[in-house]
Order: sequence, then C-alpha cells, then structure tokens
Amino acid sequence: MAVEILKEKYRSKVGQVVLGATAAEGGTRSHTITVGGESALPFLHFEGEIPNRPVVALEVWDMAPEEWNPCFKKYYGDVFDDPGAWAKKCVEQYGADLILLRLVSADPDLKDSSPEECAAAVKKVLAAVGVPLIVLGCGKAEKDAAIFPVVAEAAAGENLLLGVAELENYKAITSACMAHKHNLIAQSPIDINICKQLNILIAEMSTALVDRIVIDPTIAALGYGIEYSYSIMERARNGALQGDRMLAMPMIGNVGFEVWRTKEANISAEEEPGWGDQEERGVLWEATTAAAYLQAGMNILVMRHPRAVELVKKNIDDLMCDNSY
Amino acid sequence: MIIIGERINGMFKDIARAIKERDPRPIQEWARKQEANGAHYLDINVGPGSPDPVGAMQWLVEVTQEVSELPLCLDSTKYDAIEAALKICKHPAMINSVPAVQAKMERVFAMAAQYNAEVIGLAMSEEGIPKDADARVALAAELVANAMAFDLPPDRLFIDPLVLPCNVAQDHGPEVLRTLREVKLISDPPPKTVVGLSNVSQGTKNRELINRTFAVMAMANGLDAAIVDACDDELMAAVATARILLNMDIYCDSYIDVFKKSNRL
Repeated sequence: MAVEILKEKYRSKVGQVVLGATAAEGGTRSHTITVGGESALPFLHFEGEIPNRPVVALEVWDMAPEEWNPCFKKYYGDVFDDPGAWAKKCVEQYGADLILLRLVSADPDLKDSSPEECAAAVKKVLAAVGVPLIVLGCGKAEKDAAIFPVVAEAAAGENLLLGVAELENYKAITSACMAHKHNLIAQSPIDINICKQLNILIAEMSTALVDRIVIDPTIAALGYGIEYSYSIMERARNGALQGDRMLAMPMIGNVGFEVWRTKEANISAEEEPGWGDQEERGVLWEATTAAAYLQAGMNILVMRHPRAVELVKKNIDDLMCDNSY
Repeated sequence: MIIIGERINGMFKDIARAIKERDPRPIQEWARKQEANGAHYLDINVGPGSPDPVGAMQWLVEVTQEVSELPLCLDSTKYDAIEAALKICKHPAMINSVPAVQAKMERVFAMAAQYNAEVIGLAMSEEGIPKDADARVALAAELVANAMAFDLPPDRLFIDPLVLPCNVAQDHGPEVLRTLREVKLISDPPPKTVVGLSNVSQGTKNRELINRTFAVMAMANGLDAAIVDACDDELMAAVATARILLNMDIYCDSYIDVFKKSNRL
C-alpha cells in the first residue's frame, strides 16, 4: 500500500517586494533583488514555493565606526572613511547581495550631518556599487524625519528600502516613500500586535505601500532573547500563510548589529581563556544567530563579518536545495 | 467567520419594489453597503410570491455583479431559478439551500458539481425540523454522504442546523449548539456549518442583542458562516472580537476595522 504523505495546506502566501531599479526601470542598479513570495514555512519546498532566496546585506556607515571590535580593522580599516569604497569592497570582495547604509553621522550628538550631506553619502554609495540599497537613518526620530524627504528625493527612481518607520514615528518616512516610490521598513519592538497595527496605519496612508513594506520585528542575538524574536517571526509567518494580509510581508533583521554588541562576540581570549579565540567566536556567534533567523523566515539578513557572511551564504545554498517529494 | 449579507431579499419592502420596477439602485446600494461593512458573500433572494422567480433572480444577480465582486449566495426553493443564476455568476456561488430529501439532494448536488458551487444543506427532512441534536446530526450525515456521491467534497457543504426563534422554541438553542460541534465528527475533512442568524430573534425585543450573543456562542462551538445583517456594526464588532478571543486572528488595536476589510484584501 502506498504511503500517503500528509502535507500542510496554506491559504495564502507572503508578499513579494522588489528592491532597486535598473536603468530600464528608472534607476541605476545593475540588477534588482526580489524578496518574499513564500507559500510555505521556511525551506519546506515540499509544501509550497520558496521562489526567492534569502539575501545578505553588509552594513556600511557614513562615518568611521569607533565602537566596532578591532577585529574588523583588517577587513574594512582602509575604507572606514569612505562609504563608497567601503560598499564596493563589501560587494566585490565579501559577496554582499546588497548594501545597508546607516546614516550614523546625522546623529545630533555625533556629527549632526545635514540632510544634504546624508543624501550625498547615499549618492556616493549608489555610484560605487550596482546592487540595491537599504538606507537607515541615525535612529533619532526628529532628525530622521528631516533626513528622509531629502534622501528619498535625491535617490528618486532607485527603489530604495528606507528605514525605519515606528508606531510613534511613521508618517514622515511613509510620506517620503509615497512621494518618491521607495520601499520601507516597518519596525516593531518584538511585538506582533504592534507589528500588525503599524502595517495597518501605513496602509491607511497608502494602500499601494502595503506591497512595499518589509517587517523588522526587532531581533536579539543568540543568548539575548533570540527565542522571543524567533517566536514573533513564527507567528507573523503563520499569520501570513493563513491569510492575514497585514502580516504577509518579507522580514529583515539587524543580525550583525545585535551580535557585535554581545560580550560573547567581543571579549578577548585573555579575559576568558576558556572561550577560545575572540574573532572566531564572534564569527560563529553571528553565523549561528543568522542561521536561526533563516529558519524563522528572515528574508534579508543584515550582517557585518565577511567570514560569517561566507558561512551563512553556504547555509542558504544548502537550504535552497529542493527537498520536495 | 464567513459573513453572508442577508439584505438583498424580496422580503424587504424596498427590495420587493425594486424587483417589481426593475430599479437597480436599491439593490446596488445594499450590495455596496454590505461589502463595505465586511460581508464576504451576498445572499440573493427574490422573496415570496414573485410571478417570475427565474427572471427576477437573474436580474438580481446581474445588477449585483455590476457593483460587487463578492461571491453570491443564491437563496431560493425554486431550483430552476438557482440554475439560471448559476449560469451567469462571475465567481463560484453558494446554493442556499437543500434539505435532506433524496430527490432535492440529487438535483442540487448535481448542479453544484456542474457549476463548482458550494451548498447549504438543511438539517431537516420531509418530516420537518428535528427536536434534538442527534436527529439533526443524522440528517447532516445523510447530506454529507449524498454530497460525496456527487463528488462534492464535504468542506464545500455548509450544514445549517436550523435556528428557531428563542421566544417560541427556547429548547432548540442548546440543541443547535451541540449540532454545530457534532457535525464536525461526521467526515474528514468535516463539513462546514452555517446559520441564518436573524431567525433566533424573530418576534422578540432586543433583536440585535440576541443575534450577536448567539453569533458569539455559535462561533465558540465552531460555526463557520452565518447569514446576517452585515450592516449591524455591533454584530460585526462582536464577531471580530470573538475571532480574537478564539485565536483565529492576531490581535492589533484596529482589529475590528481589519476584520471588516478582510473581504477586500
């Protein structure tokens, strides 16, 4: 007697978001990247379609990051002061699928760069690389509200992914994305209810933007509450597959940012002899955190260490092998 | 829960007049209003005593489809009228309804298979509506078996346990709720369930309160669909809230609005 294979049936699927635009589409990217579109839980190729592979973005700052672990110097030290060259190195040498540019220098407590200076940094990176671009503000809501309209206009046509919109501050960035046709990151603090509510509020401003939202559920590094973010992502993905349109968006996470704040990634082998080599440990901490979030359905992993990227891309290759039967 | 809007029905005076004068405006206005308030299907009923039920049904379907993309629930005891309507429906429709009477089941299930329609099966026979849940479930099983004989999967069949007014048949309330639970054991996949909600409050005061209270109780017993006044905001809010409390939708502050828009997303 033939064995009947039980397969889960899903009612709906995750929306697809296209990042970047080629010359034919009004931009200057060499190619576009599509994320999302899954009609099954992560990598269950036998139950549905996983049409687009998860992608890895490397993080570039618009000023030299003083607080990064010294182990990054040998990879980026020569380009820390030039976001264009930095981005180019990430793509050409370290295999980044796309670049995330963080406009740190705009922080009023740091360089307080003007919106025009921020736009110039974005232009510089756009000129240096052909991959699609993600742009984050400095994280101070008031300043970011001034940056987004200028950056969005300067990069009109490039179909950027701009972030972040939050429940308390979503109107300025949403307007900027509406006016200049960019995608946006909707960030919620490890809270499925706020995640859904924020998407609804953005949809109320513009129905067209529903298909341009990427969810940032806010993640934690391994050992710092990864199971909370993981379960929020699981609920969002299950909701999406069951037909909840307001959760059916691809997801992004700042893996490198979170991991390289932890003690485990940073503390030296001299201080913790039992923990082994610091850099090796940090690389594994970042790659392991990323691997877990791939299983939770993350579509865009924002990372830092080139060797962790290498490991994760290998992991993605394996996971994208068809296992349908 | 699937909301089937009940308002396009010749029992209502404005609809009866519109059908008689072939005036599409009241029909289309109710189609729009029910859709805007969250209906997933629109019930279409020419009402009693129509001189030309076939023509009236076709006309109602045509004018409704001019303004709404929602699937229709074709509500008539005249199967010729339903068949005429099925031929012109843009989306797979729901046939409302068939009792557990052999000749009628054969006609309706064959029609459903031909037009890819869903069917509402009434838990009643030639002897009328049973008094208790056991007899209702037995009739439901007969409906399921006959549907399957015509290759209509059980989950395309909606069993209506038949709700009676609570002021004249109070003892039927718990029997209906038990029926809703037990019909789910008949087959795998189980049939779906539906009630004509407004029946429960016929002839009472506080009709809306009784309707929404029963809706929520029935949902907790597994009800899948209901024919209701989709423009009753309190009812729609109660249904949306029950879905949250039953963990069918993920909570967010705007959950009532989200439920009302779920038919258009």
